[in-house]
Amino acid sequence: MVKEIERAGITIVQMANLVSIAKTVGANRIVPTVSIPHPLGDPNLSKEEEWKLRKHRVGVALESLETGLEEPTVFEVKF
Amino acid sequence: MKKAIHYINQFFGQIGGEDKADFEPEIREGVIGPGMLLKSKLAPEVDVTHTIICGDNFFGSNEQEAIERIISFLRGVEFDLFVAGPAFMAGRYGFACAKICKVVQETFNVPVVTSMYVENPAVEMFHKDLYIFSGGDSAGAMRHDVPAMAAFIKKLATGQELLSAKEEGYFPRGIRHESFTDQLGADRVVNMLLQKLRGEEFVTEMPMPKIDRVAIAPTIDLKNATIAFVTSGGIVPVGNPDRIQSASATKWGKYHIEGLDRLAGGEFQTIHAGFDPSFANDNPNVIVPLDVLREYEKEGRIGRIHEYIYSTVGTGTTQADAARMGAEIAQQLRDANVSAVVLTST
Repeated sequence: MVKEIERAGITIVQMANLVSIAKTVGANRIVPTVSIPHPLGDPNLSKEEEWKLRKHRVGVALESLETGLEEPTVFEVKF
Repeated sequence: MKKAIHYINQFFGQIGGEDKADFEPEIREGVIGPGMLLKSKLAPEVDVTHTIICGDNFFGSNEQEAIERIISFLRGVEFDLFVAGPAFMAGRYGFACAKICKVVQETFNVPVVTSMYVENPAVEMFHKDLYIFSGGDSAGAMRHDVPAMAAFIKKLATGQELLSAKEEGYFPRGIRHESFTDQLGADRVVNMLLQKLRGEEFVTEMPMPKIDRVAIAPTIDLKNATIAFVTSGGIVPVGNPDRIQSASATKWGKYHIEGLDRLAGGEFQTIHAGFDPSFANDNPNVIVPLDVLREYEKEGRIGRIHEYIYSTVGTGTTQADAARMGAEIAQQLRDANVSAVVLTST
């Protein structure tokens, strides 16, 4: 799906847990997520910490959309 | 008699389904589930002495730790061969099987064998590193896939001559093996050319790799952008109005989110059958993070959020269906002048 949307000329970032699979399939902008059942949440964190984590990772995804790339890239997250 | 160890996930290890996918690795004596068939097909040349069970999510999310623990189990036992799966079309399981096989092969220098469906992403990732047998797309193929692997493992164990990848039934590793024919290369290539000119079938001796990469789309100016969410995590309004399948999906839906600050539990849910849905049902924003993107919108970081989210289920979904649905969604996004997409997958 990522490839077909990008093929249509729409800039796209994939947020994925299994980063290596996203890379193999051909995503060009990738941001890692926390886990499979809760990609952008963590039940072990407080509500505030969870919000911060989600906002940070989506923020990294937004940055990736304004970053020019020469090759497929996995963007780093801080937490 | 040679000794083999079998790796399986929490489901085939009879621990449980998706709610047990965080199951931490364990080693047990004897065989479980598909290991019983494997053991009977390998006898008497090979015995399956132990089974390692690990939850697919545990492996996927704690890869290094899972590998370290499994390797430490293996240091405590004697074995000659390592077998994983079959994993069929299961993406996380296929990845775990192939990855652990690769590490075991490198660490212990023993033959490793696994099996999965051709579209399992792990085939593309690992077929050059190990023997991956071409298996079916669901557990219904177990009775075919296990004996196919077992026959080959027996050959490995007893040192019999191995045939080509195609003849044995595994995905070619890209290794060339010298063999002799009574026809010179010049004769073969001219014959092939003649067959081609006559429109006849011919088999190349040098298949070219097919690489399907998409050009990297250009950057966007976020301040003036319309951003849309697409997900393969199965987020839909409660009740699943479009009746999207929970696995092997062929349908997608689009759902109106204008005016919503977040996706509320009780209004949206996930229908994805490939993981424990409790977290996402409680708070669907963990899969489609509308709440934080709305805040970025209010802060002026992005122009606006597109008024629909697009959703399907990405488990057991064929590449052909995924590509078709991707193209259909792309058309909608273009028609709506969406500038960029955040796609979340599970």
